[in-house]
Amino acid sequence: MPLVVTLATCLLAGGAAFVLCHQRALALEAERRCTLHSRPFHHGMLGAILVIPPGLVFMLVWLMAGNALVNPMVLDALPAGAVPADPALRDLFLNDVHNIAHDAVASSTSPVKEQAAALYAELMARGRTIVWLLTLTCALLMGALAVRKVAPGWRARDHVERGFRYLLIGCSVVAIATTVGIVLSLLQQSLDFFARVSPIEFLFGLHWSPQTALRADQVGSSGAFGAVPLFTGTLLISVIAMAVAVPVGLMSAIYMTQYASRRVRQVAKPVLEILAGVPTVVYGFFAILVVAPWVREAGEALGLTVSSQSALAAGAVMGIMIIPFMSSLSDDAITAVPKSLSDGSLALGATKAETIVQVLIPAALPGIVGAFLLAISRAIGETMIVAMAAGLAANLTANPLEAVTTVTVQIVSLLTGDQEFDSAKTLSAFALGLVLFTVTLALNVVALRVVRKYRETYE
Amino acid sequence: MASASDRPASRHRDGGRAQWHSPAMTRRIRRRYLGDRLFRAAGLAALTAAGLFLLLLVGNIAWQARTGFFQTELRLEVAIPADVAAGETPGSPGFGAAVDAYPWRSVALSALRERFGADSRGDLASLRGLISRGGAAVALRAAVRDDPTLIGRRATLWLPASEPADQWAKDRDAATALSERQVGWLESFAAAGDLKTHFNGRFFATGNSRDPALAGIGGAVIGSFLTLLVTLAVAFPIGVFTAIYLEEFAPQNRITDFIEVNINNLAAVPSIVFGLLGLQVFLNTFGMPRSAPVVGGLTLALMTLPTIIISGRAALKAVPNSIRDAALGLGASRTQVVLHHVLPAAMPGMLTGTIIGMAQALGETAPLLMIGMVAFIVEVPASFTEAATVLPVQIYMWAELPEAAYRAKTAAGISVLLIFLISMNALAVYLRNRFETK
Repeated sequence: MPLVVTLATCLLAGGAAFVLCHQRALALEAERRCTLHSRPFHHGMLGAILVIPPGLVFMLVWLMAGNALVNPMVLDALPAGAVPADPALRDLFLNDVHNIAHDAVASSTSPVKEQAAALYAELMARGRTIVWLLTLTCALLMGALAVRKVAPGWRARDHVERGFRYLLIGCSVVAIATTVGIVLSLLQQSLDFFARVSPIEFLFGLHWSPQTALRADQVGSSGAFGAVPLFTGTLLISVIAMAVAVPVGLMSAIYMTQYASRRVRQVAKPVLEILAGVPTVVYGFFAILVVAPWVREAGEALGLTVSSQSALAAGAVMGIMIIPFMSSLSDDAITAVPKSLSDGSLALGATKAETIVQVLIPAALPGIVGAFLLAISRAIGETMIVAMAAGLAANLTANPLEAVTTVTVQIVSLLTGDQEFDSAKTLSAFALGLVLFTVTLALNVVALRVVRKYRETYE
Repeated sequence: MASASDRPASRHRDGGRAQWHSPAMTRRIRRRYLGDRLFRAAGLAALTAAGLFLLLLVGNIAWQARTGFFQTELRLEVAIPADVAAGETPGSPGFGAAVDAYPWRSVALSALRERFGADSRGDLASLRGLISRGGAAVALRAAVRDDPTLIGRRATLWLPASEPADQWAKDRDAATALSERQVGWLESFAAAGDLKTHFNGRFFATGNSRDPALAGIGGAVIGSFLTLLVTLAVAFPIGVFTAIYLEEFAPQNRITDFIEVNINNLAAVPSIVFGLLGLQVFLNTFGMPRSAPVVGGLTLALMTLPTIIISGRAALKAVPNSIRDAALGLGASRTQVVLHHVLPAAMPGMLTGTIIGMAQALGETAPLLMIGMVAFIVEVPASFTEAATVLPVQIYMWAELPEAAYRAKTAAGISVLLIFLISMNALAVYLRNRFETK
């Protein structure tokens, strides 16, 4: 019984419970000519609330635990010796079994795996049928209970509203669960990685080449996981991006808030909004198509050797991407400064430019610094532009004309294409992700705190 | 430190009065005004630069895309062999299978050979270079399936040209990979009116292909649609409910504060980290299928959630308290106040935020690479659990290919994506304006 059928059964049962309870409440009202404590609608809703959630819980439990339950049963049923003893290889074996069972491409097949896949599919199907039966039984019982409970004095509304409150709380918890999920999944895989490669080597090593050799006796078979070239590459590209985005973004915000007429604003605002809404993959295409060749030609005209995947091209395009972000945040910071400050300065005879540079910007500085920090965090976490326009070679260099690679590019290249399960190469992506998450989180926390403090001073 | 006598105000003083018209003061004032004008010009330059970047970006993409929507075809008289589906009645499954399995490319090739009377081995290779590798077979197959009476007869059909021939037809002056001989043949096609470049409708219907003449965005558009459907179904209710809880019910305490800070931080977490989360939780822990729209949709939902919550809270805040007080005064419970009065008033604002979040999700690429939606997929996906790709990922994959034809396809795909995004944003702006005038 596919889970979709179970879900449909559960929802249909809920609908039926609603209708039955609703009808019964209406009938009671008409029959006894009395007023019920709760509206018929509430009686109906309570019926649905009693019926639907248990089924959802069954399905969720099955989704989370089904594989873990069935896998050992499959492995136990196979003849001894057919299953590899090494945990990593066993995971690979199981993965192939799952793929065969799902009609997907498996890395290799064998009669044992075919047999295991058939068994796996059968056990999974049986498990789904059990979940369906449980859901159906529970729905019938709870539905009967709900219908019997309908009475003039039954405080259905209070229960429905409490249920609604729990639903709201449950939804709010999703945000926390997401954060916890991010931290746990990154930590778990990173710890696995750090069990193989020491954190010191990872954080301070100067050589990055994650390609592990196929055989253990080859030279450099363990790969090198010194991430410093990635950090410097990320930093280099981010610095270039900020060198483009900060002046342009800040100056356009100043012009928009201080000088522009209404008509200019009407044109400029949508332009910046569209620029902000362009997907990063489009910027990446623009970088390889237009900016990179242009940078190379310009460099060659000056007699410089420029890599076709230069950090300069990727950084410049990333800067363009960040302009609207920087501009709208600085715009907020500048407009939050009370008008009395600039009025006072103007009244003393300062020109508009002097007022802006000497009064407005110092007053808005915390907000602008916050914007700057958020923009850096954007630049560090940006993936597609660098994945397309920056290279894969981990060069330790500060020359913007050379190709560098970044943390995000490496995560993409490590996790796309063929993956080896549980290898240091795959795990290193999670360690890089952890570094990325930690750094951007720190930047965000500081930036949000700065911005909030600053808002409080003027409120 | 400047002493008091150095200060400009005192330098132009005479008997306690400022000499506003002294030459030094005039110069100074002129300099200050010049500084003001320069500053203003710098601001305008920055804004213009941003506008120019956008113009350059969109202009370039549009210029590249101009050929991507078109495909060149050649008209050929083809002799359809009599043995295509020997012994099968038209319409039966066996007939379809036999037609599909027939080596159509050689049929197209012999038609070309007949036309130009070329026989040597080198000539054959050159002729083969004129028609699309897979496209000719697809066109012939479709023609015979549509009209089985063609079998054993001669038919005049339009067949897609190969990628270099297509490029030549679109821009005859550009450098071409074709030999002079091939160009001569193509010119004879053009002279006879047997070469046309027409709007490529197939581009919107098919999935990816190794043959640029057959590659389309249909599969990716459907994949994007399925993915966004999941995202919307998950993120919208959860986002709205969270916003309601935080704004209307939550007590002011540490936990609520923590949730708030948490949501603000989640909004700034790089999207690729959500991809890692999706990979580890949905694929590795829950064992959900790789590359499937349902996983992509869930991952994007977690990413979009903060946007929806933050805009939802702003919309709820904008509802005046008098509405809540009036409803409470009439005896409504707090749940009724929220569901019957506050939420309908805040809905347009919430929808605006949701559409903006959906537009972000539509343009997002990086997290989907992590969960394997980057696979080469020919079929148009039909369910939430089938392997699929999405429009931005399709663009990413094509952008990495060297052929000029794929560059035009990439730009064409980007144009379609941008049209979707701009219409979504326009809808959001329309909703916001309607809401504000109310």
